[in-house]
Amino acid sequence: MSDVKTPNTPLWEVFIRSRNGLAHKHVGSLHAADSTLALQAARDLYTRRGEGLSLWIVPSNAITASDPADKGMMFEPTVSKAYRHPTFYDVPDEVGHM
Amino acid sequence: MYTQGLSNPDTAAPAKAAEGAGLAARFQERVDAEERIEANDWMPDAYRRTLTRQISQHAHSEIIGMLPEGNWVTRAPTLRRKATLLAKVQDEAGHGLYLYAAAETLGRSREEMFDDLLSGKAKYSSIFNYPTLTWADMGAIGWLVDGAAIMNQIPLCRCSYGPYARAMIRVCKEESFHQRQGYEIMVALCRGTPEQKAMAQDALNRWYWPCLMMFGPPDGDSTHSDQSTRWKIKRFSNDELRQKFLDALVPQTEFLGLTLPDADLRFELGEGDATKDGARGHWRHGSINWDEFRQVLAGNGPCNRERIAARRRAHKEGAWVREAAAAYAAKQAKQKLAA
Amino acid sequence: MATTSIQVNETPLVLYLLRRADDALILGHRLSEWIGLGPILEEEMALGNIGLDLIGQARSLYAYAAEAEAAGNDEDTFAYLRDAPQYRNLLLAEQPNGDFGQTMVRQLFYSAFADPYWRAMTASGDATLAAVAAKSEKESAYHLRHSSEWVIRLGDGTQESHARVQEAVDVLWPYTGEMFECDAAERTLADGRTVIDPAPLRDAWDGTIGAVLSRATLTLPQNGWMQSGGRTGRHSEHLGHLLSTMQHVQRTYPGAAW
Repeated sequence: MSDVKTPNTPLWEVFIRSRNGLAHKHVGSLHAADSTLALQAARDLYTRRGEGLSLWIVPSNAITASDPADKGMMFEPTVSKAYRHPTFYDVPDEVGHM
Repeated sequence: MYTQGLSNPDTAAPAKAAEGAGLAARFQERVDAEERIEANDWMPDAYRRTLTRQISQHAHSEIIGMLPEGNWVTRAPTLRRKATLLAKVQDEAGHGLYLYAAAETLGRSREEMFDDLLSGKAKYSSIFNYPTLTWADMGAIGWLVDGAAIMNQIPLCRCSYGPYARAMIRVCKEESFHQRQGYEIMVALCRGTPEQKAMAQDALNRWYWPCLMMFGPPDGDSTHSDQSTRWKIKRFSNDELRQKFLDALVPQTEFLGLTLPDADLRFELGEGDATKDGARGHWRHGSINWDEFRQVLAGNGPCNRERIAARRRAHKEGAWVREAAAAYAAKQAKQKLAA
Repeated sequence: MATTSIQVNETPLVLYLLRRADDALILGHRLSEWIGLGPILEEEMALGNIGLDLIGQARSLYAYAAEAEAAGNDEDTFAYLRDAPQYRNLLLAEQPNGDFGQTMVRQLFYSAFADPYWRAMTASGDATLAAVAAKSEKESAYHLRHSSEWVIRLGDGTQESHARVQEAVDVLWPYTGEMFECDAAERTLADGRTVIDPAPLRDAWDGTIGAVLSRATLTLPQNGWMQSGGRTGRHSEHLGHLLSTMQHVQRTYPGAAW
């Protein structure tokens, strides 16, 4: 037994829309031979308590992720651009809410 | 969902010089600041190995843990009990899967981890190597084993490793019914016939000590828990959790009119969570047979061989199903390509 | 709870309810036998869900049977204190799990019937039955999809899986005719529009099964000889063993509440 290696089954990422009006949210992953079985397994594994109204299944290897090592160049340059936020601008109080 | 304080950090391989003290220091700063570590973040090799081992052991425990209760699903004495027990055991399969998924983010595939379980290389919680002999064991497992597990698991929701913490949040949320389900079974037995009450007492007698052992060796003997604490994988020591469990257990036992099989059980006054006659303090258990614990972990419990044999048989007998699904998927992919 | 088997006053409605409830309970029980032993962990979740759906259907139907009989019985006396000859389920439901392929074929055969059956029953003149049907219909529709997908994969998978699942089709085929039977008792209910006559569902069932088996590259057995008897309590040898396990605790401790 110990010398028999079980072949890998493809890995899928599961996203659930918990109710209409909300976006699909990543909830976890599972293994399945194909997308139909993956969708069924996601239903049985991740929606046993009424968690969802819609499911997305994505092959894990189809996701391209940013490298945490690039965090600095990817995300820090935005920090200095306060002028993209409404609070950057002074509007006289008399004008009221804008 | 069950964890056990048996996961020791891997301190064997010192961090490569190239990784540098800088990265390690930065990592520790993030952990200290209660930042979550995510799958692709840099982490010390030992952290990765420790977590892979702990999470996969945790997953294995869920999967093996289905067997002792699965033993009674077909014999549950009412349809309500049958449905709830089946739902509970099914949840355990689900929790095993959430945990394998969390462990996989650290780099090892589920198949590799599962093969380690089947080959006997990987460990799982000692508790599931005890037999379930009567229906009352379903009550005792839910009440005691799940009760002990919850003590262990709630702090893991704040574990420094994000995927593990998220899996644990889901698990804890789903599992809140498990202990209540078990206690309800005990209440029904204790309010039932003398035979039923005796059955409940017998189950308590058999599960009490193994449950105290579930929290792992006493703090003095657990050489590696310092590192896990520094990494914020472990937030409470084995003894702290065991104490919390016992303090909650004593009044629950009294309510049932049952007796804990511990001649040395006593109440000590002091600062504590438990109360007796209005005074604060802690319940103290008698001495635990750690030799039994080590023997069960080493494979010599009453059911170790049967548990693994059952999963091996299922895996072997299911191989043709997995092969068929893979073959069909390959054919479909080929057809799609040709079209 | 009584110490020996109960006697049930099987009016046409009670008999009908027990038949459908027994189908669901026995099949649900069979699926629960898979727990911890599935070929794929994800499939253990699926089998558990289907089992829970069926046990839930059984409980609703027993509850209604208890109400209709009004003789002090409840879901548990019906389930735990009737012996095999008093059970009214289809022979198909009690057939052993066999391998995963056989379990999926059994599920396919049953669900391909239950799905249109409960859908038609949503129009029952009996409000309680219509409500049970509305819930069961959705559940059965999923069971049908799930088992179809598996039968297709196993049939069109490897040589071994094809052979195994073809064998399962051949073994279970003779138990499929019973689903469409309608005896005198059920006929009275059908005439009163409380239930539907299942016989006309045969065409739809043949169509569903034919399509799935064809995609699965499997062949339909040619022999039309069918086994029958479950509806009147003449069962296969398997049911007694199933009940001896299921009823073990209740029978050992008569009168206890759990």
